[in-house]
Amino acid sequence: MTTANQSAIERYRNNFLREVEANVEEGHMVKMCMQCGVCAGSCPFGPDWEHSPQKIFMMIRAGKRDEVLGSDSMFMCTSCYNCMVRCPRQLPITHIMHGLANYAHRLGLAPKGQPTREFATLFWNNAIKKGRVNELTLTLRHYFRGGLVSGIKEALGMQSIGLGLFLAKRLNPMEIFGGHGVKDLKGFHAIIAKAKEIEDRKKGFTA
Amino acid sequence: MTASIATNQTILVVGGGISGMTAALEAAECGKQVILVEKAPVLGGRTARLYRYFPKMCHPTCGLEINLRRLKQNRNVRLMTMTEVTAVSGSRGNYEVTLKVAPRFVNENCTACGKCAEAVSAEIPNPWNYGLDKMKAAYLPHNMAYPQRYVIDPSIVGTPEGEKAKAACPVGAVDLDMKEESVTLQVGAVIWATGWRPYDANKIQPYGYDRFPNVITSLEFERLADPQGPTGGKILRPGDGKEAKNIAFIQCAGSRDENHLRHCSRICCMASLKQTQYVREAYGDAGKSTIYYIDIRAIDRFEDFYQMVQKDATVSFVKSKVAKIVENTENGNPVLHGVDTEGYHRYAAEHDLVVLAVGMEPEITGVKLPDDIILDSSNFIEGSKDGGMFGAGSAASPLDVNRSVQSATAASLHAIQVIHKTASTEAA
Repeated sequence: MTTANQSAIERYRNNFLREVEANVEEGHMVKMCMQCGVCAGSCPFGPDWEHSPQKIFMMIRAGKRDEVLGSDSMFMCTSCYNCMVRCPRQLPITHIMHGLANYAHRLGLAPKGQPTREFATLFWNNAIKKGRVNELTLTLRHYFRGGLVSGIKEALGMQSIGLGLFLAKRLNPMEIFGGHGVKDLKGFHAIIAKAKEIEDRKKGFTA
Repeated sequence: MTASIATNQTILVVGGGISGMTAALEAAECGKQVILVEKAPVLGGRTARLYRYFPKMCHPTCGLEINLRRLKQNRNVRLMTMTEVTAVSGSRGNYEVTLKVAPRFVNENCTACGKCAEAVSAEIPNPWNYGLDKMKAAYLPHNMAYPQRYVIDPSIVGTPEGEKAKAACPVGAVDLDMKEESVTLQVGAVIWATGWRPYDANKIQPYGYDRFPNVITSLEFERLADPQGPTGGKILRPGDGKEAKNIAFIQCAGSRDENHLRHCSRICCMASLKQTQYVREAYGDAGKSTIYYIDIRAIDRFEDFYQMVQKDATVSFVKSKVAKIVENTENGNPVLHGVDTEGYHRYAAEHDLVVLAVGMEPEITGVKLPDDIILDSSNFIEGSKDGGMFGAGSAASPLDVNRSVQSATAASLHAIQVIHKTASTEAA
């Protein structure tokens, strides 16, 4: 258990709604939900995940902290915004789902091995290194996430696409040696560090 | 023509539905002079188009008949049909209103014999059945019509059809040369009893009212159940004329929705509960009604009615706002998709017919009213800054017939006070 998680439990004991309101993006809107169910019914991924937004919001109000923060539902959101445009109360449902996903991830409670979460982490780490996404290393890391054998298999399966991209000059094999970055890499890292500092302060991750 | 009778001690009532009639009659029976203007050719408004009232399940003929009788007996009310207010100027106690009177093309000689309608073959959509059927272009709006006088639709004036109607009239009542008139009146107070209209169901895109013939509004369902309606009281669905026995009612179709109407229309829960009893009346135990709802809001003493319907084995309740409707293309049945709130079960429920309990939108939405009028965020009339104009009935708030009558009586008393003040100022 992370220390941030422990201190959050301590501070918001038995009041998960207040915790969400304080720390999750647009979390203050959760209590506006009137449980009509339009979001759940409008979601194209609806049948494929455990907790619909409607259910998540009710679970938050019911104080089901572990179930909510351990749910994979927030990571299943494809950001189609169907729920948000249909919500009779105009709750920013998509934003709340992303906010919850981020909060659960940072507390270390999000489900391990959840593919969306894994790939998002991979993408983020790749992007902040040089300020640009290195597509070659990103895809290779993605292919080899499950070990050498499955990685080779997956990479070979994609080789014709890779070759096509190479011939169309959309893929440079030299990128494997680190690749190119933004002009002011130091400045970029300073920006990211500052953003993280602000976010930590807002979401209660500062000690 | 009427200018001479109106003074600043006259009350103008705009709208001749149940609220306007009540407001006009309450003031008139207190001895005040009243001008009652109605846009349609007949009185009765939306109330006349209902099949039954809740909670007593009696027919609107009853309440309207009493009011029509009061109206006929009272010499203080001047009724102007086919008349709209185009401008209001002045202030409390001293307004000048401009009225536009549309031609009826039938004068007061009419005996409502119906020969003009027999002679004419042209048909127009029937607004009294919400366009579910057609009627002759020379028509008496409905059996309860007051005044009992035919109307010639402007579309046949100047055509051979119009001449046919004129030739058929045995009393020379058809006057095809009538023109639109403009009338200016002095009045002391104005009661806006402009009523409501059903929210445009086409705007609720996921429900497919515009695409699926077997998705109808609650107002259309009233007409289907009414023996004077397009199906003679049989619940036949518009798609294929089949008897609809398994009917879904979707609550909050447009109401309580920031994307549509912000307010709770307040009557729709009771209207749907009432309509489940139409299904029972038609089919007995073979009928099936399902109400999809967010919350059932059976206001004050109507809780009894709700409990009565809950005990009815043909009625079931699903706590869920339906997310979308698709059509089963094989049989034309609408299929409702959503997730219920009591257990979060995902459903795909097929019904013969879907009735959307559409919300109440003030009829004046989109109409330019005098600047002095104060509206709430849903365009219901709260009153006027100078205190000389009042909203009544469903123009003021989403109300059922009973509460509209209460509201109209209240508005009438307010208007009478304005007149009294004007009178005493003038005497002094």
